Amino acid sequence: MHLSPDDIILWQFGLFKINATIAFTWALMAVLTVGAWAVTRRLSRGLARSRWQNLLEIIVTGIETQIADIGLVAPRNYVGFLGTLFLFVATASLFTIVPGYEPPTGSLSTTTALALAVFVAVPMFGIAECGLREYLAAYVKPTVIMLPFNIISELSRTLALAARLFGNMMSGTMILAILLTITPFIFPIMLSALGLLTGMVQAYIFSVLAAVYIAAATRIRPPLPGGAAADTASANTP
Amino acid sequence: MLIDWFTVVAQLLNFLILVWLLKRFLYQPVLDAIDAREQRIAKELAQADATRDAAQAEQTHFREQQAALDAQREALLATATAEADAEGKRLIEAARQRATELEAHQTQRLATQATALRQALAERTQHEVFAVCRKALGDLADAGLESRMVATFVRRLQAARAADEATLLADFKASAAPLVVRSAFALSDADRAAVQAALKDDLGIAQAPQFEIASDRVAGIEIASAGQTLGWSIADYLDALQASVSELLAAPAPPAGEAKPSIKLKVPTDAG
Repeated sequence: MHLSPDDIILWQFGLFKINATIAFTWALMAVLTVGAWAVTRRLSRGLARSRWQNLLEIIVTGIETQIADIGLVAPRNYVGFLGTLFLFVATASLFTIVPGYEPPTGSLSTTTALALAVFVAVPMFGIAECGLREYLAAYVKPTVIMLPFNIISELSRTLALAARLFGNMMSGTMILAILLTITPFIFPIMLSALGLLTGMVQAYIFSVLAAVYIAAATRIRPPLPGGAAADTASANTP
Repeated sequence: MLIDWFTVVAQLLNFLILVWLLKRFLYQPVLDAIDAREQRIAKELAQADATRDAAQAEQTHFREQQAALDAQREALLATATAEADAEGKRLIEAARQRATELEAHQTQRLATQATALRQALAERTQHEVFAVCRKALGDLADAGLESRMVATFVRRLQAARAADEATLLADFKASAAPLVVRSAFALSDADRAAVQAALKDDLGIAQAPQFEIASDRVAGIEIASAGQTLGWSIADYLDALQASVSELLAAPAPPAGEAKPSIKLKVPTDAG
């Protein structure tokens, strides 16, 4: 039994290798991209539209609404990053119903990569919104003493992001594999359904936490009237 | 170790590529489609608002036009009603005037007919009474009607002398005009002599009278001079009879069961 799909090496040439994590990630990328292309190549701009277009519009506008609810002023600027985070993690969980499939998010490497992406994206969006000086000044507020704690907070929450997603996805896969060896068919099916739910929840948590971090970073400046949000509280959420 | 750093880098790249791909093939087209639809809906709503405003303006215009037409119709109706009333009054007045004229004409015609009838009745009555009297006198008293008339005339002259007709007799005496004795029938010589004797002896008129026959009279005899007359005629009785008949005709119809009205003939006395 493999603890991580990283261990399943499909092809290797020196340092370069293609393991199950990368392969399934490409498969997911292909499914998402081809599916989106297949629907959006014949988009209707009128009132009548296809069911698939309706589904995609519901997903995209739902993501946009969630981002706006979290407190980001211009949600469309973040739909690409946060929406892709959600869709990738959710799709990776959804495909666990396919036999032989190993979710890439069950690999700590993948979750680390995603957490690193968030770790990099947060200051990028913060600097783009507030400027470098303002963003860096936020680390020494309210006093310089808080600087190490803020840095530790940044690192720890990134680590928490990666570990949380990995733990949930890996555990689900592991429990399912263990149960298949010791119990009849009923329990694995129920746990598989539970794993689907857990995967969706994790996708939501991951993307929402990323949105909260970005919101905290982009609202260093005095907030606009009526747009109050608990920056510090959300920033410290593990 | 659970973390394979090559895989981390590869997954990071894969994720960035996926972000770009989904932006290119999912988010941007879908959001553009939504924006286009929203713009189209907003445009259609604006057009609908404009159409509604235009419809409201049109409705207001039509309502004003309708109100004006209603007012015009009411005015025309009022004018027509007034004209109809005036025409009706005029027609009623003309009918009333025409009825009055017809009534007057009818009344006049009835009066003319009544006069003619009365005259015819009087003449007929005179003739009938005269004939009856003549026959009755002839049968009962063996006397002629004309002789009895002359005798009565003579008594009338004698009575006039004593009555309030003395002035009239004085005028006869003083008159230079010829004295005429006018009768409805030819007087016999005896009757003429009796009349002349009565004039001369009783009234003192020496002038010899002229005897004339008045064919328009039924019966009666009179003397006339200078437009004044004195005499006796059956016409007086007939006038009394006519007055009584006229009174009977003018009286309202009695209720059923009452006694029938009777003719009361007031016969004037000889002296009268």
